[in-house]
Amino acid sequence: MRIVVLLKAVPVVGTEKMTGGWLLDRSAGLESNGNDEYVLEAGLKLVEAHGGELVTLTMGPSPATEAIRKALAMGAARAVQVVDEALAGSDALATGRVLAAALQRMEFDLALAGADTSDGQGGVVGAAVATRLGLPYLSYAAAIEPDPAAGTVRVRRISPTGYDVLEARMPALVAGTQLLGEPRYPSLRGIMQARSKQIATWSLADLGIDPASVGTPATWSAVLTATPPAQRAGATIVRDAPEAAVERIVEFLAARRLI
Amino acid sequence: MAGAIWAVCDMVDGLPTRHGRELATLTWALGRAASRPTASVLVGPGASAAADAIASHGPDVLAVDADPGERPIAAVTAERVAALIRERQPAYVLLGTSDDGRDTAGILQALLEWGALVNVSAVRWGDDGPVAEVSVFGGRLVTESRLTQDHGLIIVRPSAVAAEAAERPGGVERIDPAPGADLAPVRVVDRVGEASAAVSIEEATVIVAGGRGVGGPEGFGVVRDLADALGGAVGATRAVVDSGWIGYAHQIGQTGKSVKPQLYVAAGISGAIQHKVGMQTSGTIVAINKDPDAPIAEFADMMVVGDLFEILPRLTAAVRARRA
Ligand SMILES: Cc1cc2nc3c(=O)[nH]c(=O)nc-3n(C[C@H](O)[C@H](O)[C@H](O)COP(=O)(O)OP(=O)(O)OC[C@H]3O[C@@H](n4cnc5c(N)ncnc54)[C@H](O)[C@@H]3O)c2cc1C
Ligand SMILES: Nc1ncnc2c1ncn2[C@@H]1O[C@H](COP(=O)(O)O)[C@@H](O)[C@H]1O
Repeated sequence: MRIVVLLKAVPVVGTEKMTGGWLLDRSAGLESNGNDEYVLEAGLKLVEAHGGELVTLTMGPSPATEAIRKALAMGAARAVQVVDEALAGSDALATGRVLAAALQRMEFDLALAGADTSDGQGGVVGAAVATRLGLPYLSYAAAIEPDPAAGTVRVRRISPTGYDVLEARMPALVAGTQLLGEPRYPSLRGIMQARSKQIATWSLADLGIDPASVGTPATWSAVLTATPPAQRAGATIVRDAPEAAVERIVEFLAARRLI
Repeated sequence: MAGAIWAVCDMVDGLPTRHGRELATLTWALGRAASRPTASVLVGPGASAAADAIASHGPDVLAVDADPGERPIAAVTAERVAALIRERQPAYVLLGTSDDGRDTAGILQALLEWGALVNVSAVRWGDDGPVAEVSVFGGRLVTESRLTQDHGLIIVRPSAVAAEAAERPGGVERIDPAPGADLAPVRVVDRVGEASAAVSIEEATVIVAGGRGVGGPEGFGVVRDLADALGGAVGATRAVVDSGWIGYAHQIGQTGKSVKPQLYVAAGISGAIQHKVGMQTSGTIVAINKDPDAPIAEFADMMVVGDLFEILPRLTAAVRARRA
């Protein structure tokens, strides 16, 4: 099995901030997106079970290297990083374009993406990449079961009423969720080995992409205002015994017309 | 006339979802503010039967009775909607943030080369186009954004507006556009129903959520009772989902659902950042926790220091008594 994991490096949740130009600050402190670590873990298990190689693909600036090194320490064989100054400010549309162009240059049976990202919050890039490349798209995966001999993959997709079992031919793109299972911690040996693993860096020129078609100049969304939400007044603390406490909760909810 | 505004509405079991009806209402409001025509697009088996229900929200309805057969509905919807968009050239197309809505939107992005405003919690009509409100950085900041083009996709969260009937319903048009794309085949081999999965916490106006403090799967009994009494849904933290005490469909937070109910009751939940980002924009937050220093005290409106097993059953009884 040859697997490519689309791994985004995102600001640590809770520490995000904006640059002066109202872009998300990606200058430091990036980690792998939560959902991408679940598909990475699923991919590593598949390689352990079926043999082969797992490669990560990241579009992101230099601080993304930290997240990529961790993926290498967890067991990815090597990594591709698309880096180019012109990419700053790219929206989901441009991201899909770039990742599709990069994937086109890679060989794989399965491309794995996360269901969504903590910073982009779109949950659209996986579907867009698959569509651009004419790949079958199987999403919201809770389990991924390839059948290399038959050249097919089955995915258990979460549905509003349970789950659907999807099947498609490989190569395919699967977008996965937390239900794939807890990611492993890198071992000390893994961390040592990761130092000598290769991170290939590709530029837009390498991918044949016009810089004007990505980044801030090509973005479809422009921020007009950014303001903190109305602050809560601070919690009313209730330390009464249960009966009295419940009376106070009921009064509080009634005053707010919630009951 | 300037380009139309459309909503693509999800259906479940042949009925439009509440989220879909909200999108129709929102589209109607935007159309009136912009003096532009509006339409709701329904794709799937039973679309024309469901059309009247969605027409009551104002926009005209484009009903496509496409039978997905063994294909995922998002792919079938995207192909038909792509064809309709190319043919009729609406300016703005609203979709929901449901799993199917996002899949449809992602496919449409690539087919049409249209950009999107994503994860939108409200939309108003600005000077010359839609202006979208988005809660970012886990609710620490609210942005307003516009599209840089005169067309685009807008992917809207539940509860952006309340679904309302318009003074007069829209007309219904049944159509059968040829698919506007040839997507790689994916087959639905099986559809499995699970009772526990049939929850839509994103649409609930009241959520009672339980964390590790409930102690075990049985501990959710008192949480469920209070949710029932309040007419709400049951939420959960990742810790309890990972422990198998309750299904993933209930998980709120960074890798679960984001919710914005009017009332959020957090029982035995510490308030970790990854949980907070999924619920901190809720209207009123009441926390019940043994530990007065639990982080949730920092963003709750009421912090009840106590044992949830002593508080919740009494609260349930008090709510029931009031309602009786
Ligand atoms: C990548 C990533 C993604 C994540 N995504 C999510 C997510 O989507 N959602 C999410 O929730 N978490 C998520 N987490 C996990 C998160 O960091 C926390 O571990 C989790 O939210 C803690 O759950 P908890 O509050 O139930 O448990 P704890 O933190 O253990 O808190 C239990 C609380 O219950 C209280 N308590 C105990 N007994 C009682 C009692 N009898 N009565 C009253 N109070 C009591 C305790 O004082 C304590 O405050 C994620 C973590 C990572 C790394
Ligand atoms: N810059 C990126 N580099 C690598 N993968 C990405 C990038 N952006 C998005 N993805 C992939 O697409 C998924 C969905 O992203 P999004 O649509 O932005 O929420 C992520 O979970 C990643 O797997």
